[in-house]
Amino acid sequence: MIGLGWTGRLLLIGVPFLWLALFFLLPLLIVVKISLAESMIGIPPYTPLLVNHDGGLELHAAMANFALIANDDLYLRAYSGSLGNAALATALCLLIGYPIAYAIARSQAGRRQLLLFLVMLPFWTSFLIRVYAWIAILEPNGLVNQSLIAVGLIAAPLPLLNNQFSVELGLVYSYLPFMILPLYGNLSRLDQCLVEAAADLGARPMQTFLGVTFPLTFPGIAAGSLLVLIPAIGEFVIPDLLGGPDTLMIGKVLWDEFFNNRDWPVAAAVAVVLIGALAVPLLAAQRFLERGHAA
Amino acid sequence: MALLEIAGASKRFGATTAVDDVSLSVERGAFYALLGPSGCGKTTLLRVIAGFETPDSGRIVIDGVDVTGLPPYARPVNMMFQSYALFPHLDVAGNIAFGLRQERMDRRRIAARVAEMLALVQMASYERRRPHELSGGQRQRVALARALAKMPKLLLLDEPLAALDRKLRAETRLELVGIQERVGTTFLVVTHDQEEALSMASCVAVMDQGRLAQTGAPAEIYERPATRFVANFVGEVNLFEGELTAGFNCLALAAAGFLEPIPLPSGAQLPEGAAAALAVRPEKLVLSDAPPIGFAIAATVSSIAYLGGGSIVHLATEQGMALKAYLPGAAAGGLGRGTPVWASWPPDAGVVLTQ
Repeated sequence: MIGLGWTGRLLLIGVPFLWLALFFLLPLLIVVKISLAESMIGIPPYTPLLVNHDGGLELHAAMANFALIANDDLYLRAYSGSLGNAALATALCLLIGYPIAYAIARSQAGRRQLLLFLVMLPFWTSFLIRVYAWIAILEPNGLVNQSLIAVGLIAAPLPLLNNQFSVELGLVYSYLPFMILPLYGNLSRLDQCLVEAAADLGARPMQTFLGVTFPLTFPGIAAGSLLVLIPAIGEFVIPDLLGGPDTLMIGKVLWDEFFNNRDWPVAAAVAVVLIGALAVPLLAAQRFLERGHAA
Repeated sequence: MALLEIAGASKRFGATTAVDDVSLSVERGAFYALLGPSGCGKTTLLRVIAGFETPDSGRIVIDGVDVTGLPPYARPVNMMFQSYALFPHLDVAGNIAFGLRQERMDRRRIAARVAEMLALVQMASYERRRPHELSGGQRQRVALARALAKMPKLLLLDEPLAALDRKLRAETRLELVGIQERVGTTFLVVTHDQEEALSMASCVAVMDQGRLAQTGAPAEIYERPATRFVANFVGEVNLFEGELTAGFNCLALAAAGFLEPIPLPSGAQLPEGAAAALAVRPEKLVLSDAPPIGFAIAATVSSIAYLGGGSIVHLATEQGMALKAYLPGAAAGGLGRGTPVWASWPPDAGVVLTQ
């Protein structure tokens, strides 16, 4: 590095590092601390971690919350329900998003800007409002059912809302741009010469896609999938608004523990387990992506 | 019958005509070079032959089969891309085998063919390397091996040596000719480098603004250029512009500023008064310190560029025209800036150009 001394470098790295430590690591540590406490009535509604006892500090760490999560199968079902819903949403986003990203990357330069703008347009409206809008669209006397009845295709309203279908629909709708954008970035950087070279060597369009385009967009697929999967697992608003009684997602369980039961320690423990469960695949994917970049 | 026959091919992009009514034929086994400056349409013509562009009019016939409407993957043609376009996710062997896999050739035959190709380009121990682990010269070899693996009837090479440094380029030029002779495949090379085209090709086609300016053997192109553009683009040239007049015993050129008409080579059959140019290559110019017998131009040396094997002497005539003379070896040793000389050339050394 030119013109940047030891102190300059420290400053450059130090600022973002401090930011992360202050606003990311510290809150996380507080959550971990709460997860080790016990619930009690008071402000804050949990026992302190360190207690001043007989002139010395005593550590009061309880693993009871984690034991509860491990033993009560509600949590396990919520975790697996979240994972299942999020995985399905990720797969659907990939299936829908890939062709869209491909078409945008292959469109003319002027139109490309417009199409990208359209992909990002939903972000101009509050996420909450957009999810509410789906209720109006899907409810028994909503837009879809009323139109279908008016046309005469159905006699009675279809059960479109407050079930597994509406949750999936909400997840796919909300997170689709997060799949499209990294895929678009990857596809637009793909050297068109490689596609031509494959065709020149006798590969038909489908063979070219499977043999060249698809493997070369693995980084985009991985990035997009993580961007959809991770927030979708912890999603609360969508299952809360669009889900039904059979919808069990961990974000909602966490909300209930925190606000309805006011059991901060159990809610914190649920969050800690969730972060742990997400960090493992995230780190694995990170390593995979880095290897892909080196190659 | 010629292997490649192009009849009246044109290709327009919006308002610009990249390829303008080009007809040419390439003989089987030839090393054919398409030479022209950047933007002359040579790469577009190559892409039309490969099938990446559809011509607006005209036909492309390869080995007797009209391929004009066929997609790239159905043509018996392979291309070596200027950027090489090696697949970054495949190793060297995987790249070379890519085309063979599309044919569903069995594994053992693919492996044998890959080994054969690697030996041909002297890359035998590199089959497990990825493209990013190779040097520019090595990538070029792999690209060549990949394009030759399917035994195409015609191999298209888009600026095959442009990405290499100068020294490697000269070596690779010879190697490319050697490989072409060994495999016997017809090569069609696109290049902007006249030295490259002249040294490698058995036949050269010079392109200018989408049109073919001249086709012929390298020596023919250099010694008998058909147009001013060809004379200028292929090698160095001294061009005397003027008007044809009846001279002493043959036609002569009345060039602006010259009192005496410049004699033209015998056999120039053009109407008197026609605008024409006389092209004389720098190595044809003879410099002497006393006026020689016959036509000569008085000039002074303005600079000398030493090239090792010889020198380029830049001259300024009394009329204010700049001339170039190439003197081999140390022949320019006695000259210096400002030395007065007489420049002359054998009467038949010049070429009369009307286009």
